[in-house]
Amino acid sequence: MTAWAPGALVPRPGAAPLPRMLAAQTVAELKLVLRNGEQVLLSLVIPLGLLVVLVTVPFIPVDGPRADFFVPGVLALAVMSTAFTGQAIGVGFERQYGVLKRLGVTPLPRSVLLLAKTLAVLAVELLQVTLLSAVGLALGWDPRGHVLAVVALVVLGTAAFSGLGLLLGGTMRGLTVLAAANLLWFVLLVLGGVVFPISAFGGAAAALELLPTAALSSGLRDVLVDGVGLPLQSLVVLAVWAVLSLGAASRLFRWE
Amino acid sequence: MTGSALDVVGLVKSYSGRRVVDELSLQVRPGTVLALLGPNGAGKTTTVEICQGFRSADAGSVRVLGLPPRDPALRPRIGVMPQAGGAYPGLRCGEMLHLVAAYAAHPLDPDDLLERLGLQEVARTAYRRLSGGQQQRLSLALAVVGRPELVFLDEPTAGLDPQARHATWELVEALRSDGVTTVLTTHLLDEAERLADDVVVVDHGRVVAAGTVHELTSRGSTGQLRFASTPGLDVDQLLMALPPGCAAKESPAGQYLVEGPHGAAINPQVLATVTAWCATNDAMAADLRIESRSLEDVFLELTGRGLRP
Repeated sequence: MTAWAPGALVPRPGAAPLPRMLAAQTVAELKLVLRNGEQVLLSLVIPLGLLVVLVTVPFIPVDGPRADFFVPGVLALAVMSTAFTGQAIGVGFERQYGVLKRLGVTPLPRSVLLLAKTLAVLAVELLQVTLLSAVGLALGWDPRGHVLAVVALVVLGTAAFSGLGLLLGGTMRGLTVLAAANLLWFVLLVLGGVVFPISAFGGAAAALELLPTAALSSGLRDVLVDGVGLPLQSLVVLAVWAVLSLGAASRLFRWE
Repeated sequence: MTGSALDVVGLVKSYSGRRVVDELSLQVRPGTVLALLGPNGAGKTTTVEICQGFRSADAGSVRVLGLPPRDPALRPRIGVMPQAGGAYPGLRCGEMLHLVAAYAAHPLDPDDLLERLGLQEVARTAYRRLSGGQQQRLSLALAVVGRPELVFLDEPTAGLDPQARHATWELVEALRSDGVTTVLTTHLLDEAERLADDVVVVDHGRVVAAGTVHELTSRGSTGQLRFASTPGLDVDQLLMALPPGCAAKESPAGQYLVEGPHGAAINPQVLATVTAWCATNDAMAADLRIESRSLEDVFLELTGRGLRP
């Protein structure tokens, strides 16, 4: 180790331009997600596997072509996995490891950190939608509707699930978050219209439609199967979830 | 006091009714190294975390580089090395340093910093796979990479091998030469003795001593004679025989301490008196040594020898 040259450490403080921080943080967040085996399993492997199995093995009866029913459901599952489950677990452990605390004393503003996390989620979702759509089309999926309605549903769904993920990950301990996020993922998978039509739950169906996963899967089906232009009920349910969860997260989120 | 890099006045912080910081005041001169010493639970970390903006004070005032601790304008100007953690477990060592460097307008060269801290070999190793010492060194690099004016180092050499400890010390000394202010929390008194311009000893949330290392170690007597012998010897008898102005005590049992007359060095008369007194009592003086006080003596004197929870 060589000695420090005089003047090498003279203070020269300053924050980097915000776009540079945002770019660096977004790349780091993306690496963290894509390198994490469990997150890749949850966001890519399981949705893709489920889609192939559900469409090709007829053990759950549905009306109409199987791919047309299951692609929207699995898309909703994919959004939930990334924005809710993945974010909750990631944030929970980042808090536990003191990462967010350390970042809190760097020039990185919290708003830029949250924006970077959002951009990373959207990038992963783009990858998920591309892969799931490609597999779906190969399995005979015949989508209808307008792409803008799909984008609106996915964006509002991402906001709602991110709010819930940050709320869970930002208030509880790492292992509790891990357990709760995986449990909720499974419950919402079953009750959220991903693998069973919600009508299968009879009298409870109307209440289940208010779950964010159900609102997203039903909305996507309204657009992609029935060609509905503006799936109002789903958009309203997701918007309410987004406002409530993001509001609660911004009040209750703890950085350490 | 104006012009301090860090100015804490009358700081108070309680947790569930117990005061962990109790009217604590300290100042750090710009461009110097201040060592904050104290037993576990003395209130050091709470004090430092209030200065870093992690916690709010119940009372008192804190100014960091003239600003309130939570002023966002402060963030680029300070560097923080927490006691543990603080990095993404899934990022590689080099990636983590490059990431934090990207937050700064004029960062140090991250690769150069890795090399100087002996981390170039593990630059591509995930943080969670680094050894404890490597994680410590990365944490130090993260604190300084943004070229701050003031750095807080919380036990920077805990768990480091001697080579890494020296590399850390050289970095702190280079920071001081270049005008960076350092607030160092440490248990290692030799570290404080080597690095610190000023020392503040904290116990039970209060400052129990403050000054330069020299002031603290030369306060009171400069010469001491220590030895071990039969417990319970009559120290008063020894005191009467010693030249005027000397002090003698047994603490703990079987360990004797004699201080030179009026703070002067131990002289041959004192030594002869002590050995004669031992002979009178038919006691052997073992492990007899004459020394000046170390910072450790001062520290233990101020904070006691009792173990802390």
